Amino acid sequence: MSKPIEQIREEALAELSQAGDADAIRALSVKYLGRKGEVTGFLRNISELPKDQRPAAGKRANEVKKELDSAFNEALERLSGQTGQDSEAIDVSLPGRPAPLGTLHPITRITRLISRVFARMGFGIAEGPEVESDYYNFEALNIPKNHPARDMQDTFYVSDNVVLRTHTSPIQVRYMESHDPPIRIIAPGKVYRCDSDLTHTPMFHQVEGLLVDENVSFGDLKGVLTAFVHQVFDTQTRLRFRPSFFPFTEPSAEVDIQCVICRGSGCKVCSHTGWLEVLGCGMVHPAVFENVGYDTNRYSGFAFGMGVERIAMLKYGINDIRMFFENDIRFLRQF
Amino acid sequence: MKVSLDWLQQYVDLDASPSELADALTMAGLEVESVMDPYQHLETVVVGRIIGTRPHPNADKLFCCEVDIGSKTVQVICGAPNAEAGMNAPCALPGAVLASGMRVEKSEIRGQLSEGMLCSQAELALGDDASGLMQISAEHAPGVPLARALGLSDTVFEIGLTPNRPDCLSHIGVAREISALRAKPLKIPDIPPADGPEKIAEHTSVTIEDPDLCPRYAAELVFNISVGPSPAWLQQRLRAVGLKPINNIVDITNYVMMETGQPLHAFDFDRLEQHRIVVRTPGTENTFTTLDGKSRELDAQTLLICDGKKPVAIAGVMGGQNSEIMETTTQVLIESACFDPVSIRKTAKRLGISTDASFRFERGVDPEGTVYAMNRAAGLMAELTGGTRINGVIDEHPRPAPQKTISVSCQRANRHLGTRLGRDDMAAYLESVAFSVALPEADQLAVTPPSFRVDVDRPEDIMEEIARLWGYNRIPTTFPRLTAQAEPPAQMVERKEQIRDLMAGFGFYETINYAFTAAQAADRLELAPGDPRRNAENLLNPLSEEQALMRTTLMPGLLETARKNISRQEKDLKLFELGKAFYKTKHHELPHEVEMLAAVWTGVRKPGAWHTPAEPCDFYDIKGAFESLLLGMGLEKFTCSQMPETGCSYTRPGRTAQVRLGDTYLGLIGEIKASVLKQFGIRQPVFVFEAHLEALISCLPETPEFTPIPKFPAMARDITLIVENRIEAGEILNSVRGTETGLIEDVYLFDVYSGEPIPAGRKSLSIRVVYRSHTHTLEDSQVNELHRQITDSLLAAFDAELPA
Repeated sequence: MSKPIEQIREEALAELSQAGDADAIRALSVKYLGRKGEVTGFLRNISELPKDQRPAAGKRANEVKKELDSAFNEALERLSGQTGQDSEAIDVSLPGRPAPLGTLHPITRITRLISRVFARMGFGIAEGPEVESDYYNFEALNIPKNHPARDMQDTFYVSDNVVLRTHTSPIQVRYMESHDPPIRIIAPGKVYRCDSDLTHTPMFHQVEGLLVDENVSFGDLKGVLTAFVHQVFDTQTRLRFRPSFFPFTEPSAEVDIQCVICRGSGCKVCSHTGWLEVLGCGMVHPAVFENVGYDTNRYSGFAFGMGVERIAMLKYGINDIRMFFENDIRFLRQF
Repeated sequence: MKVSLDWLQQYVDLDASPSELADALTMAGLEVESVMDPYQHLETVVVGRIIGTRPHPNADKLFCCEVDIGSKTVQVICGAPNAEAGMNAPCALPGAVLASGMRVEKSEIRGQLSEGMLCSQAELALGDDASGLMQISAEHAPGVPLARALGLSDTVFEIGLTPNRPDCLSHIGVAREISALRAKPLKIPDIPPADGPEKIAEHTSVTIEDPDLCPRYAAELVFNISVGPSPAWLQQRLRAVGLKPINNIVDITNYVMMETGQPLHAFDFDRLEQHRIVVRTPGTENTFTTLDGKSRELDAQTLLICDGKKPVAIAGVMGGQNSEIMETTTQVLIESACFDPVSIRKTAKRLGISTDASFRFERGVDPEGTVYAMNRAAGLMAELTGGTRINGVIDEHPRPAPQKTISVSCQRANRHLGTRLGRDDMAAYLESVAFSVALPEADQLAVTPPSFRVDVDRPEDIMEEIARLWGYNRIPTTFPRLTAQAEPPAQMVERKEQIRDLMAGFGFYETINYAFTAAQAADRLELAPGDPRRNAENLLNPLSEEQALMRTTLMPGLLETARKNISRQEKDLKLFELGKAFYKTKHHELPHEVEMLAAVWTGVRKPGAWHTPAEPCDFYDIKGAFESLLLGMGLEKFTCSQMPETGCSYTRPGRTAQVRLGDTYLGLIGEIKASVLKQFGIRQPVFVFEAHLEALISCLPETPEFTPIPKFPAMARDITLIVENRIEAGEILNSVRGTETGLIEDVYLFDVYSGEPIPAGRKSLSIRVVYRSHTHTLEDSQVNELHRQITDSLLAAFDAELPA
């Protein structure tokens, strides 16, 4: 047996008090506690001691090992702490190394906002084709060929019987064909109209909504859309429902909200009326139910539709709809 | 549809302000889009009295007029031949804006001050006379506003009528709404009886050969008329609603159309051969000259109004030159008819013309209003043109419209609307707009809509009528019963949102490009002749050549967006788009729509900063983004390999990777070819990836599966191999991954090096293999042996060497 453990301890502590830098301390740690270190050696050779001394010596050696280990660590920490406190400060005002940052298109953001509000009211999301048959885009929605209501939408044609959908309403029909009531869906998507000027782009986005169940009333439609407007804008925003005409709803209504810019006192955005038209809606026309084979005596429902660009323009204060499709990076960065 | 309040007043008392009326109409479904003062341009025009005139010292044809404008006397320079002392004429004061848009200013004309402008009728849009100053009666004092002197005061509403309300394409129709909304009686003009000595049947006849297209045709004759200008009040009314006065006969037909909604046509009776009318489709006629002087092609379905021999009008659309009213016309046949709306619409569309008449016929005119309107016009002609009405009318009516009676349950109506209206209230609302209502049994309304409400067919139409008159805003707001089971969003919808979030998180900006593209886009991408992406759907009526077809790839849109941004000096771009591509299919009517994701990266990898200089991005940047996206979506085992030469026409060969999961093609990564960049006008390298979302999303695990955290330590060993340049790192990594030991947890490349001391044509690849067992701690010796075996097999398989 070499040195007694107490002697190893004292020598180690004495040497530590002399150690001037981190390297010296690390060397001591190796010398005493490393694989071939003195304490390790003592423990390895403990079997050479008489049997009755072994437990006490082992216990003591382990205590010493722990004590030295923490003494070395503390000494190291003290050393590094000192350098931290004393050495030169860094310029914390320098910009950090940035994490990458992109943005979602404002139309995506507003579509999500709308979807979330309706999701909270239990509406699912449905999608449908953008190039659509005349049947789904018009006829199933009670807009026969050669009906003046077709003039309400300037249509892009792919062939006599195929159009670019002019609204998201065909999704209603497709969904009802494959599902039975009760139904609660919204259908966001691109729509196309053959129109391009200061306030129209040939492609834009709509969100359609449909709720079908027993005993659904026009009052319920008002309730859902009021809740929607209050969540998207704020609970102070007033709404008014105005009689209008859509071939696939009866009664039909336009929904105006109190101008979010001037709060109803009249400004350029609302053409000094105090009101902004944001939604079209109505009770689903029985002809549409007949086209999908629903029992019009049992079921009633409502549908609504809105332009996403319109809402995005109001929310973000964008005054030119064409900005959405210019994809100017200086525009996109702002969202 | 323009409506003059001055005119409306004739049919209903307007006891509210224009803005109140506009609001009431809007809230009843007749949206008043704007409120105009048709005489606003007369605001600063007054009656001026010319006190004296003298020749302009510096101009032969001008006079200097002393004009009394009430408050003072001013000098006005004028060139009108009829300017003379003592006459009253309109004097526009500085600030006035004339009909032409010209602004009157105080100015010097050839050295003489002019403080206003003396005006003709035409200059003030009060008539066509431009020959000289408009004469104003001497009874009006100088300085009186001209509008007041002439009794011109009106408000015009522009109403945006929905297609279901053709009954309101008339002043009486709008007046009827106001009478219901304001509870005022409706006053419809009485028609003086025709008391001429002759009977109409002795003079003319009407034959309808196609009663399906012409269910009713009525005619009346007025003789001894003299054609001339209409009286001022009539001209003013027409102008106020946007019509141009032509002559008294034509003006009266237009006036009655604007009054009743029934389009009328006046034929010169003497020019009708055999003095009779035949309504038919073309026989041998191919073309016909309408009164605008244009020759129109006829097809077999075009309904024509003919005389005994030839067409004289295209029914419901436009009259013909060969029978129009001329200054010499003395005898007039007035047509008042009903035509099939679809037939008129088809003809008008085919000919590309929309007239006030065709617009109304397409939407449906009152089948019972035919004779009234005709009588009204004949009465006005007799009154205003000195004509004699020939006693009697011809009224061919082969297809009378059936009267409909619609049964409505009050309970159902209340349930549908969410109201609690009583049956009597409902009936009263309906009766206020001329519906007749019977109350057959408890809870039931038997409603007969008036003949002019061609839009009302079903109980729901009646409910809407009740609701709009009661007021939508008075309907209580309720909330529908919601079942607990909600619709879960489709997986595709959720995944697309996840992709957008990840891409934005990687620093890409989302763009939305038009789904249209130019026919040349396929050439710009150098697509091979048989490439499926050349199989695009063409639009029949595109807005421009650049938007002529539906895109089959997102690439052109993104490259075009990149070009536009670069041209604005925004040269560092990371953009993506998620949207559909459209492929024409042989066997289906509709194209195949495919969800695509595409991204471009150009410019720097990261913006330069104090800590890192800006470096240009490269292939591995965009590749890393795509890989991170796949990993972020939960896909790990995809592979990237060299795209075959023919695989992608627009990316650089040798610098394009195809990304696959097993056999499924997920997309490509590459650098755009120089020649393609040139086509798009881009002068800097652009790196892209494109992914087929449907394929990608179908590969995704629905939910991540948890693997227990390992309990035993891992051991890593490295290998550095020197191989020929053509050997792809991916092959080597896959080879190691494929070793069936069950102990390899991870294999990755951590260094690639070529150059001294590596021989030319070769490179060194350093790979780390991580070994781990899930059941025990691995022994050094076991790992070393395994690692040696792997190294040996790589050396053999790839003709590799170890470093010296």
